[in-house]
Amino acid sequence: MSAAIEVAGLTTQFETRAGIVTAVNDVSFSVGRGRILGLVGESGSGKSVTGFSILGLVDPPGRVSGGQVLVAGTDLRGLTPEAMRKMRGKAVSMVFQDPMMTLNPVLRVGDQMARAVRAHDRVSTRAAWDRARAALEVVGIPAAAERLHAYPHQLSGGMRQRVAIAIAILHQPAVLIADEPTTALDVSIQGQILAEVRRLADDTGTAIVWITHDLAVVSSLADDICVMYAGRIVERGPAEAVIARPLHPYTRGLMDSVPARHEPGKPLPQIPGSTPSLLNLPSGCPFRNRCPRASDLCTTDPPEVGTATHSARCHHPLGDA
Amino acid sequence: MIAFILQRLMQSVLVVFAMSVIVFVGVYAIGNPIDVLIDPGATQSIRDALIERYGLDQPLWRQYFTFVTNVAQGDLGRSMVYNVPVTSLIFSRLPATLELVFVAMFLATALGVPLGIWAGYKPDSFSSKAIMALSILGFSVPTFWIGMLLIMGFAVNLGWLPSGGRGLVAEFLGFRTSLTSAEGWSHVLLPAINLSLFKMGLMIRLTRAGMVEAMRADYVKFARAQGLSEREVVFGHVLRNISIPIVTVFGLELGSTLAFAVVTESVFNWPGVGKLIIDSILQLDRPVMVSYLVMVVILFVLINLVVDIVYARLDPRVRLKGEE
Ligand SMILES: Nc1ncnc2c1ncn2[C@@H]1O[C@H](COP(=O)(O)OP(=O)(O)O)[C@@H](O)[C@H]1O
Ligand code: SF4
Ligand SMILES: [Mg+2]
Repeated sequence: MSAAIEVAGLTTQFETRAGIVTAVNDVSFSVGRGRILGLVGESGSGKSVTGFSILGLVDPPGRVSGGQVLVAGTDLRGLTPEAMRKMRGKAVSMVFQDPMMTLNPVLRVGDQMARAVRAHDRVSTRAAWDRARAALEVVGIPAAAERLHAYPHQLSGGMRQRVAIAIAILHQPAVLIADEPTTALDVSIQGQILAEVRRLADDTGTAIVWITHDLAVVSSLADDICVMYAGRIVERGPAEAVIARPLHPYTRGLMDSVPARHEPGKPLPQIPGSTPSLLNLPSGCPFRNRCPRASDLCTTDPPEVGTATHSARCHHPLGDA
Repeated sequence: MIAFILQRLMQSVLVVFAMSVIVFVGVYAIGNPIDVLIDPGATQSIRDALIERYGLDQPLWRQYFTFVTNVAQGDLGRSMVYNVPVTSLIFSRLPATLELVFVAMFLATALGVPLGIWAGYKPDSFSSKAIMALSILGFSVPTFWIGMLLIMGFAVNLGWLPSGGRGLVAEFLGFRTSLTSAEGWSHVLLPAINLSLFKMGLMIRLTRAGMVEAMRADYVKFARAQGLSEREVVFGHVLRNISIPIVTVFGLELGSTLAFAVVTESVFNWPGVGKLIIDSILQLDRPVMVSYLVMVVILFVLINLVVDIVYARLDPRVRLKGEE
């Protein structure tokens, strides 16, 4: 089965005054039709920039400097700006973290949605509103016809995020990139939205890249997981395998800091230290000054270890002593 | 909405009342008009007769009371200088100021907002930097100076446009205006440009600031992620958001320009209310001063009311006080 999206060697750099920051460093992954890939990492690891790079929406001073993004056989990076615009929202969509900020505060929900419909299809305003209503129903919004006339501030956070998702899937895109869409919501709403998203992938065949810093969320939702650290993917594999037998010490650290998996009463272990500045990463493995297993060897670039389906970049992967 | 307007009108009455007291007392503190009006050689009996005729021998509160009673009956008094009713004096000058101000505000907005949009959309381009530099000139060089330069350039040296005065005036929809003839326009153009430059600079900077901030907002990125074209992003999504401060400043500027187009009217010898008020201050023509200032207060109150209503139309998050 061919992949809905195939990202190869994607690299994005920011030219800042202090130097060049490689926020996305040689990232590769692919997602099949109807599959959900969880892209996991601490804040600042380059997840959002990866999403923006795929859509060609990196803000200056950032620039995608290398790699390929294949969607339905087309390399998005080779497209003209106008051809790229036509792919956005149609072939590849994205929703963002903060539902309070992603909708335009002064436009009615239906108006924003109709504009999104008409960005790609020349239909009447009426027909566009009808499609908007149908899309709201798909994401489980009750009384959709009334909601169309609401302004964003009249909706709850969960509702707004559903509206954003409905906008993103108006054109049945092949790929949906969801950038921490439930982080700002409370747990029960989050659960409902996750269920809707899973159903969406199953029903429509949309491939989903689910970005999160929360391993617990993806463990129940995703088919596959990529773990990102300092702009690189450090571990990849099927979700159950990565959760059950993590190879990379960083993945292990992320899992240990998930509250739900932890014995109550004991202090929650945290990965020591914090995300390093991308401007002065240690040589070799970027994780080595936080890693409990680090050795002298780790000052050299770590190799790819593991199997064809489940692998990590580490000199001393877990489970192999 | 109705409740809001009623509430605002009631507040406005209070404001107008308070302002009228302040203006009245202030104007009466400036000086005694009799000294200006009467030939110093006039006899004491002529002096006394005039003082009595204008009620200047009454205590201040009484004079004020008489003034308010008359105003309530639609009588703003008579000009001491021209000896005609103040109302007809002001209304005979008003159309000239109105047309000048509307042309100036139109120029300022129709050019300033698009220039500001461009300067905010591409803030690093050369053209944007040039626009910003010009906008600084627009409101840092004094109006009278620009006015004189315009006259020097376009009237004296090039001879393209007249240097002052109002052109041919014709009746249009019950209004006496010079905007229906080319000759009238040739007279309006220079003073209107002069009057608009400051406002245009303001509009450019305001629009640009709003634009720069809005373009960074998440909803813009989201709109782009939906595949909207840049034109749709700017005009469909952003413009609506940044129009709120623009409308506010437009309203305030409209009011202050109507009231105080004095400098431009003087430089271009434009027969509007600005010139009238300057003359009446110089001649201590109290009824004109008081009535004019009270009318200005009413004007501001009305414009503010309209701005608030437009505001609530543009920004759905604003609920007018008095609404459910
Ligand atoms: N506008 C920018 N200028 C400079 N560096 C940036 C900019 N945006 C992002 N970065 C860099 O990219 C890194 C990754 O950011 P991001 O993708 O937002 O992280 P995540 O989404 O994983 O939390 C940041 O740590 C920062 O170093
Ligand atoms: S390469 Fe070394 S430092 Fe890096 S994660 Fe593996 S053990 Fe730790
Ligand atoms: Mg992020």
